[in-house]
Amino acid sequence: MLDPWILFASVLNGLTTGAVYALIALGLTLIYGVLHIINFAHGAALMMALYGVYFLHREAGIDPYLALPVMIVLMFAAGYLLYRFVIGKASHGRDENILLVTLGVAIVLENLALFLWRSDTRTIETAYTFTMVPIGGALIALPKLVAFAGALAATGVLLAIIARTDLGRAIRACAKERQGARLVGIDVEHVFAMSFGIGLACLGAAACFLLPAYYVNPQVGNGFVLIAFTIVVLGGMGSFAGALAGGFLIGVVESLGGLWLGESLGQIGIFLIFIAVLLFRPQGLFGARA
Amino acid sequence: MRDLVLIALFTVAVLLLPLFVTSGFLLNLVVMTLYLALLGQAWNILGGFGGQFSFGHAVFFGTGAYAMAVLQVKLGLNAWAALPAALALGAAVGLLVGALSFRYGLKGSYFALVTLAFAEVFRILANTFQFTGAGVGIQIPLRDSAADMQFSGRAGFLYTILALCVAGQLVAVWLRHSRYGAWLQAVRDNEESAAALGVDVFRVKLVAIAISGALMSAGGAFYLQYFRYVDPHIAYGPAISVEALLAAIVGGMGTVFGPLLGAAALHAVGEGTRGLMENAPGVNLVAYGVLLVLIVMFLPRGIMGLFGRKN
Repeated sequence: MLDPWILFASVLNGLTTGAVYALIALGLTLIYGVLHIINFAHGAALMMALYGVYFLHREAGIDPYLALPVMIVLMFAAGYLLYRFVIGKASHGRDENILLVTLGVAIVLENLALFLWRSDTRTIETAYTFTMVPIGGALIALPKLVAFAGALAATGVLLAIIARTDLGRAIRACAKERQGARLVGIDVEHVFAMSFGIGLACLGAAACFLLPAYYVNPQVGNGFVLIAFTIVVLGGMGSFAGALAGGFLIGVVESLGGLWLGESLGQIGIFLIFIAVLLFRPQGLFGARA
Repeated sequence: MRDLVLIALFTVAVLLLPLFVTSGFLLNLVVMTLYLALLGQAWNILGGFGGQFSFGHAVFFGTGAYAMAVLQVKLGLNAWAALPAALALGAAVGLLVGALSFRYGLKGSYFALVTLAFAEVFRILANTFQFTGAGVGIQIPLRDSAADMQFSGRAGFLYTILALCVAGQLVAVWLRHSRYGAWLQAVRDNEESAAALGVDVFRVKLVAIAISGALMSAGGAFYLQYFRYVDPHIAYGPAISVEALLAAIVGGMGTVFGPLLGAAALHAVGEGTRGLMENAPGVNLVAYGVLLVLIVMFLPRGIMGLFGRKN
């Protein structure tokens, strides 16, 4: 078989990527859990956030990690407004409509990026881009380690908000029983928009952790959309712990798949898992069904 | 009856078109509109009449295109002989996807996601294997003879796509007026009630996805003959799935002429914005996306909804 050290490094790499996947998937699963909608524009929104980080770095010289608060606020605002003025208005109470509207938003964002910034793949270079850190004999790029720690921290903050604050309580109430929430005086539409905003704010954070070790182009979101959906379905739609575990699992599967099957075929593992889970266990591996 | 008369009038009008129009640009526009109408109709049969929204119809389109390419280039088959094989393969992939997803009761968003994943799996496979030309794709040699389904003028292509497009519309007419069509629409409107009335829901959906897959692969086969090239991204990429769905939804789901109207509207909007913005990449698709959002918001029954006839 393979050298155990290569395997170890590969698993480690998968875990660091998995943490960022988990953060992206948490935003998606929050939106699903509360609004019961599948946000097809999630990947396109991540792409926009990556461009945001890129331009903050290029035009204003802001380090991607320092851009974190700016991006979180920007993406939150974008999500809130998007729900209030587009998605919430178009639903007419039918899930199919929301699916189509978010698809429409994704098409618009992706091609707007293509129109504004062309299809060039862009990367940023920071002082630490190529810094390697030895861990147990394997070398891991520093940005990936920061992404790992940062994604975990962001996840912790998100879970604390959901568990401890009044807003979190309102969100959970709306997720469980929206009629009841309305009856006890919760402004449901506001909570929905807040949830959508928080979901996209996760992407703002993910983009800051992602870009130093990644790239951005108008199509970059496509790859993440299916991965994020896979994680969300794997973990059980709407389950936070499931999304976290699913993120790590998919990160490792992708990393090992690439090792064994090669760059091109390696990706297929994720989609086969996705199809298999959808078919045989749509309630998710951990059975946490809302 | 009225539908059939309209289809006949439309067919005659398109048949006579090359006598009056010689502009290659205009004829190409008509060919592309009919081609998009075919894709839209394929999506419409499953999505509009059957209520099963697919986000991965490229899986059938790509299969048709690759079947034509592989059969001609690698196996030396004639294009006209390859076409029925391509349709059969499209239907077979439809049965495969349908049997798996409908057996396990996937619907709504879950079905949309699983079709998207199937298209991605096929894209990666086409990108990997040598007999599909891997990432390079397959080019078919220029032959320029009707015997090889390649035509020196545009009129030949126009008649070919017209025949396929009309076939799609006749299927839609059949769905509107047949017992099977009634079952399919009953499944769309309320699956539980349909099942309670004795409709075999699984089978009805399976037939719909097979027909839809065959028509979509006909679109892929035509694409290959017209452009003589296919690669994994063209064949199985998300763009083609989105175009098919847009034509049907913009025109009006579950109607006979919706996909044709939708295709015409999309091309009008696309050419318009492209003309205004001097061919900048992506602008026509921005317009498509905005159109999709606006249609869902304000005109859920598509352009056909404007005619006020309840379907």
